[in-house]
Amino acid sequence: MNYLWAFLVGGAICVVGQLLIDLTKLTPARILVIFVVSGVVLSALGIWEPLVDFAGAGATVPILGFGHTLAQGVEKAVAQHGFTGIFTGGLSACSCGVSASLIFGFIAAVVTKSKSQS
Amino acid sequence: MKTNKKQYDKMVKNSSPNSRVVRNCVWAFLVGGVICFTGEVLMNAYTKMYFTVGDARLLTSITLVALSALLTAVGWYGRLAKRAGAGTLVPITGFANAVVSPAIEFKSEGLITGVACKMFIIAGPVIVYGTLASVMYGIILFVKGRFGL
Repeated sequence: MNYLWAFLVGGAICVVGQLLIDLTKLTPARILVIFVVSGVVLSALGIWEPLVDFAGAGATVPILGFGHTLAQGVEKAVAQHGFTGIFTGGLSACSCGVSASLIFGFIAAVVTKSKSQS
Repeated sequence: MKTNKKQYDKMVKNSSPNSRVVRNCVWAFLVGGVICFTGEVLMNAYTKMYFTVGDARLLTSITLVALSALLTAVGWYGRLAKRAGAGTLVPITGFANAVVSPAIEFKSEGLITGVACKMFIIAGPVIVYGTLASVMYGIILFVKGRFGL
């Protein structure tokens, strides 16, 4: 059942992104920025965590989940460390995805030939 | 080719923007859904290996990012993205693709100004505004905590 909800919720979130592309002509960079910031806001409002419990990866894998990770990180860090937590919480929580992207991106660039991706 | 009125209407409808939007959305739904489904499969596999939920989530991200980097490097992710649109953009694999793809494309401009700079073309804004939003949320939490609002 979890697998089905992950598929349906994840798919539905991507449809929202597709509608933004087709109906507003926003560029991919803008859509990713909108989704990340929305993820932080939805998480801060307490909407995202229940969806994660319900849909699992369907809510964490889309980039909105990245925003959720940022928000959760800052919540935890402010509770534990106070003022400095404001600055450390977000980026430490999402450091895993960012570092992995940079490392694998670097490796991919080194081992492949330079070519146009478009 | 001989076409009657009915066939012609159908041809017009098939190439009109509305049906294109619907087709794009179906592709985005299916491909995005499959990527999230894969995430759920990985998540369950890692939790069965006695990782905590938090660690399993991180390992799931790393695995998806690695798969995305691999598929981007061999050119399959870009080909799929042409059809799937937001289905390949919105999941974390799309973020990874946005880092990996320019890194490969601009390799000829060198490891510093090519690979390393261009990696952040799309990832940069995402990180900047994500951090900005999280810091603003952090300030709100801190003030709330201090003054018991």
